Amino acid sequence: MMPQKLPYWLVAGVATVMLFMHAPLLVLVLFSFNDSKFSMEWKGFTGKWYERLAERQDILDGLYSSVTVGLASTLIATVLGTLMALAIARHEFRGRRMMEALLYVPIVTPEIVVGISLLIMFMAIHFPLGLGSITVAHVAFNISFVAVVVHARLQGMDRNLEEAAMILGADEITAFFRVTVPQLWPGIISGGMLAFTMSFDDYVITSFVAGTDAATLPMVIYTMVKKNIEPSINAISTVVLIATTILIFVSDRFGQEKPLKADKA
Amino acid sequence: MAGPTLRQRALRFLHDRPQLKAWALLAPGLGWLLVFFVVPLLLMFGYSFMPRNVYGGVDLGFTLENYSRFFDPLYLGIVLKTTLYAIACTALCLMFGYPVAYAIARAGRWRNFMIFLVMLPFWTSFLVRMYAMMFLMRDSGLINKTLMDLGVIETGFEMLSTPFAVLAGLIFGFLPFMVLPIYASLEKLDLSLLEAAEVLGAPPASRFFRVTLPLSMPGVVAGSLLVFIPALGSFLTSDVLGGAKEILVGNLVQNQFSSARDWPFGSAASFVMMALVLVAVSVYLRVRDAGDEMAKEAKS
Repeated sequence: MMPQKLPYWLVAGVATVMLFMHAPLLVLVLFSFNDSKFSMEWKGFTGKWYERLAERQDILDGLYSSVTVGLASTLIATVLGTLMALAIARHEFRGRRMMEALLYVPIVTPEIVVGISLLIMFMAIHFPLGLGSITVAHVAFNISFVAVVVHARLQGMDRNLEEAAMILGADEITAFFRVTVPQLWPGIISGGMLAFTMSFDDYVITSFVAGTDAATLPMVIYTMVKKNIEPSINAISTVVLIATTILIFVSDRFGQEKPLKADKA
Repeated sequence: MAGPTLRQRALRFLHDRPQLKAWALLAPGLGWLLVFFVVPLLLMFGYSFMPRNVYGGVDLGFTLENYSRFFDPLYLGIVLKTTLYAIACTALCLMFGYPVAYAIARAGRWRNFMIFLVMLPFWTSFLVRMYAMMFLMRDSGLINKTLMDLGVIETGFEMLSTPFAVLAGLIFGFLPFMVLPIYASLEKLDLSLLEAAEVLGAPPASRFFRVTLPLSMPGVVAGSLLVFIPALGSFLTSDVLGGAKEILVGNLVQNQFSSARDWPFGSAASFVMMALVLVAVSVYLRVRDAGDEMAKEAKS
């Protein structure tokens, strides 16, 4: 749409909503540098809460678990989801519409239902609970998101290029890796980034399937929030915030498309 | 001349059987979804009809009691309250989100920056965001502190564990889900239609209500679904901001699997929640299809 003068009341209203969307996080970041343990009074600038973080073994362990689970589940979900998207976008087969519908089931199912139903099954088949079961669960909810993102990208792609490659003598495998994949890459990266972020952030599903020994970073943060301990939560939250912001920038650079299309397809 | 290589033979084999190729691509992902998504849901559905075992888990048998317990006013109230919160959250997100999406679509060179601002909370840890709200609203939080410093109030008042806190948390959590789809449909809007309306003498308000708003309906409907569903299934928001007072269906479910140890009732509660989600999705599909029909008719 063309830029156009907006009425002042609308600008003011939008600015207020934007403030509501960001002020709580800004306050959190600001107070992670506050040199006071209890009061909301500003007592001067300090970096000591960040130093404390590095001393806490549970946070370091949680970070390690989250990154491990995040990488493993993203890798699996991205491969499986991309293959499913290719099948649905590029092939006619019986039950295709049903398959498309099935992809949306994990997206609309409330997290808590996903977590608990998986817990029930893991208990029933005596699947050991830990980082393994968390990874399995994260793959299960991420396949659909990757498939939907990649599918959206595939639909906007020109099939003539593949056909041209094949007329010029490439077989299907060569055409796939030399023509389809390079074009599809931004979609795969966006899907993978979405999967990693969701895995890295997830608390609800993870907390049900983690068992008693494993704890990811969100689980550690949750315990800290419930116990309401010291400004370290502000510091770790700030670290998580900055890490996610960097992730968005990176994924924005790789996936030339705006990640916008991804989330609601 | 050598015969075809293995690779060529494999490709030809698949080329002659397109169905098989499609299923080969689908199989790994579909298998994972069936085993770790569909089967657990079916198992849970089965559990919801079984008698409770006091040590957790279930006893064999069949009963409808887990569902009939929802006619107890206590649980009926929780279901009703959850639905009302989800509706209120969706309506308020629409009210706050539409103007933002509209402004972004017309922001000119600020557009990308504003999209980034909306995307930022969308990608940020939900738990961290709920904690940020708690940090502001708790008894000794910044809001109370500021009001006391300004002399508006004497002592801090309780904001957490109130419907206000939970609703504010839900809106704060899901607002980006409303803004982004509406923005996407406003961005696609054909400007010549607005110009035509202007040339024909329609005043700004009627241009908005008769052209812009109807054409952005797909975004409004999609955004509403994207807010309504997670609001209905929310657990963290009421857990962090609502305390023990504000119990939603999500908290009820969680409770049955942690302290109450009543798995069948928890399973039944989950399926009550799923039923509400299904109602929302079918309303969405109906409205969307009706919209498509109207668009087709308008074009012809």
